[in-house]
Amino acid sequence: MTSAHDASRRRFLQVLGGAGGALIVGLPAFAWNPDELLGQNPVRLNPYVRIEPDGTTVIGSRDPEVGQGIRTAEARILAEALDADWDKVIVEPLDLGVTTVGGEPHWTLGHQMAAGSTSIPAAWNDLPAVGAAARELLVRAAAERWKTTSANLRTSRGVVIAADGRRLGYGGLAQAASKLKPAATRPRPKLPSEYVLIGQDAGDVDARDIVTGTQHFAIDEWLGDVLVAVITRCPYPGGRLARFDYAAASKLKGVEKVLTIPPPDPSRPPGTQPLTAGVAVLATDTWTALQGIAALEVEWQMEPHAAEGDAALAEAAAHALAGEPTTVVRTDGDFTATFEHAPRKFKAEYRIATVAHADLEPPSALVKIDHQHALVIAPVQNPRATFETVRRLTGLAPDKIEVRLPRAGGGFGRFLESDYVAEAVMLAKAVGKPIKLMWTRKDAFTHDLYRPFSVHAMQACADRHGALTGWSHRIASTSRLQEHEPRARWWLSEMHPDDLPAGLIDNLQYAWYALDSALPRGSYRASSHAVNAFATECFIDEVAHALKRDSLEFRLALLGESRQLPYRGHGGPVLDIGRLAWVLRLAADAIGWNQPHPHGHGFGLACHFTFGGYVAHAMEVSMEGRRLVIHKAVCAADLGRVVNPLGARAALMGATLDGLSTALRQRISLDKQGRIAQHGFEDYPLATMAQAPHAVEVILVPSEESPTGAFAMGFPSAAPALANAIFAGTTVRIHQMPIWPELMRLL
Amino acid sequence: MQQTPQNPPAAITPQPVRSGIDVVVNGEPFRHTGEPELPLIWYLRDVLRLTGCKYGCDDASCGACSVLVDGKLKLACTLTMQSLAGRRITTIEGLAGAHGELHPVQQAWIEEDAILCGYCQPGQIMAAVDLLTRKPHPSDKDIDGIGNLCRCGSYPRIRSAIKRASKVMRDKPR
Repeated sequence: MTSAHDASRRRFLQVLGGAGGALIVGLPAFAWNPDELLGQNPVRLNPYVRIEPDGTTVIGSRDPEVGQGIRTAEARILAEALDADWDKVIVEPLDLGVTTVGGEPHWTLGHQMAAGSTSIPAAWNDLPAVGAAARELLVRAAAERWKTTSANLRTSRGVVIAADGRRLGYGGLAQAASKLKPAATRPRPKLPSEYVLIGQDAGDVDARDIVTGTQHFAIDEWLGDVLVAVITRCPYPGGRLARFDYAAASKLKGVEKVLTIPPPDPSRPPGTQPLTAGVAVLATDTWTALQGIAALEVEWQMEPHAAEGDAALAEAAAHALAGEPTTVVRTDGDFTATFEHAPRKFKAEYRIATVAHADLEPPSALVKIDHQHALVIAPVQNPRATFETVRRLTGLAPDKIEVRLPRAGGGFGRFLESDYVAEAVMLAKAVGKPIKLMWTRKDAFTHDLYRPFSVHAMQACADRHGALTGWSHRIASTSRLQEHEPRARWWLSEMHPDDLPAGLIDNLQYAWYALDSALPRGSYRASSHAVNAFATECFIDEVAHALKRDSLEFRLALLGESRQLPYRGHGGPVLDIGRLAWVLRLAADAIGWNQPHPHGHGFGLACHFTFGGYVAHAMEVSMEGRRLVIHKAVCAADLGRVVNPLGARAALMGATLDGLSTALRQRISLDKQGRIAQHGFEDYPLATMAQAPHAVEVILVPSEESPTGAFAMGFPSAAPALANAIFAGTTVRIHQMPIWPELMRLL
Repeated sequence: MQQTPQNPPAAITPQPVRSGIDVVVNGEPFRHTGEPELPLIWYLRDVLRLTGCKYGCDDASCGACSVLVDGKLKLACTLTMQSLAGRRITTIEGLAGAHGELHPVQQAWIEEDAILCGYCQPGQIMAAVDLLTRKPHPSDKDIDGIGNLCRCGSYPRIRSAIKRASKVMRDKPR
């Protein structure tokens, strides 16, 4: 396996023939040159599919793999349409597909991004046609050889089969197939009843490389003549370099250069340039560079507009919420009048701390710029944004910039940014040598684009019969769009106008209030769904309890009968109430909601619609002394048709545990000097094996709907289900994330 | 590595032996002639390019650089080369057999699909190998003792993989 794999890798870049299956599906044509047709063995049928004489089928995977399982799922979608023999499939990551047209970049491979669980819907949309196009060529090649027509032939597991039972493997047909012109009409897509791979479990295609330690992440790459760079960065957001002395550092054997990184340009969005001013030590190896950093004497100058801690932001939020909203996001009926006259009124405020991404793989970037060519190997979720950063800093033509997409050790939004790539490009340009930029764990915690702090002011009212008549959700937060967009659009990253309970309650208002912050903010798993669902789902539980209603029955009554509501955001155009109610019921049943609860055990529920996926969580917890035990965690999900159930279960299990881990103990705070106080996992505890539930019961609803992806969906409802279970078990109502310090304070 | 036979030279000029720290990594002898204070993690990653030993933190809190030293679980970030003279170090790359046959723990990881992003998994596997060496039939509480961090939330599958490997190793000792 390994040797075949290596041989495939070596030959992957050779263009040996082909026909643009991509032409058929409206993807840009793959630029191939007949002069390069070497008449050798592996045959490239289109940008994604290459077949070797022994039938080994190399499928290129275009989206960045960050642990969401896209390499496996994407290859399964394509292999299904190709009717490939999965045992002979090798999946290789594709680079960013870009050529130059009229001096501008022209993307050649369609969707290439790991964000918002969009890769699967995009792949479902165009990759079946790519696989089917390659299959059609192979079938036609067999038809020509057997002097029959394609209609008389069928395919199964990498073999073309004639009506009389004769068989030809794809490996033997690939050369002939590559010389055919692609069909003028789009091949018939497979019917779901014909699926043999989609809907079946597949283990991660990189599993063997990972368990043998041979999987290269970006941080593991190396080039000849490379200098390792480590940077000490200004600890004060917006601060400057006051003075530095590099005499001691430059005397160290192996330290080659000390360079300064200028402070960011305030007119340009963060994430496209270095986050702060810095001093870089360039050395022959990582340890020498780290020692060089330790030997530097650097003084930083604080900016007058220092970053605010969450306490100061909370004060600012209280002030903002007392005034007029920055943006009225949604108004249905008349909430104010309804609330004023309602017989039952409820109010609560939820506060959600700033958090960091804390990917296990810290940022890094390997950059080589020479002969009018740039090579970038970094953990990237948004390769086109990385590309644009490199292009701006180098001025190179688009086709001279090569962005590789190595497997990344997490992502969660951190690698959507390219600040670390910008640093490495600036250093590589300055010294004229390849640079391997390493970030330390402390760097990763102290220089992140954090999930913003927010305060959620919730109000609701009910009529005499306990039915909700009014709902108000007002958010004060520090939008991450502040540096990118005009003020009128800042709310877009913070609130979704059609999120529930909008459409369920007649008098409803959603409003957003801007807070200012000097801390850089960025995208985070499930974006604002994660924090807004916490406030909404906890408050519903709170109201149900105040009305002496069972939380499940209250939620189901609120959702009402099955119907579709319009949904304008990502995941729309509709939100199907019935699908959400169904996963809620499934989760409640699996946790034993209507069974007798063990003494002292609290049960909690929550559900949310995220990016087109319907997910509900149910938790069973108890306190053993001052230890919180999560006895059972259930995640029920309707994600449309599931391409790889094993992978989807992993994504939902992981999202559930990450949701719990983030909610329980994670918080970024500032010290008295306005610097980030968390430097490592000791200060910023991720859940450990001992703290995680032993199992997450994942229930996948069988569905014929289009697939949605899974990575973000399992995250938002985990934390509120936990908080609601804690209330049921302890009578302590949690109004904050992180939950743990608040629980310890109130118990 | 095979080398073509060479004729012996006419005269031999003796070279002073380069002094250094001798270690055995995955069964192969190496002599480290650089800084004695070099931490093992950077020796493995930057010198030997055994990058399965991952960098994850600065304070020995994540476990991503877990290796075995004389069969015992250690964090490569906490050891200097001078403390390792004469020691036998096993990294994730040295766990499989000479012909690529996987260790039962590696095989169990694949069968349970305990991967997610995969960055912490080499360290998790080394910790599991160590646990199963000390406790061939670990309880859930024993498994809880593994402190390696996973941001993605693969813990339940790691737990299942350890139990699977334990059963395989019990049924078929290596």
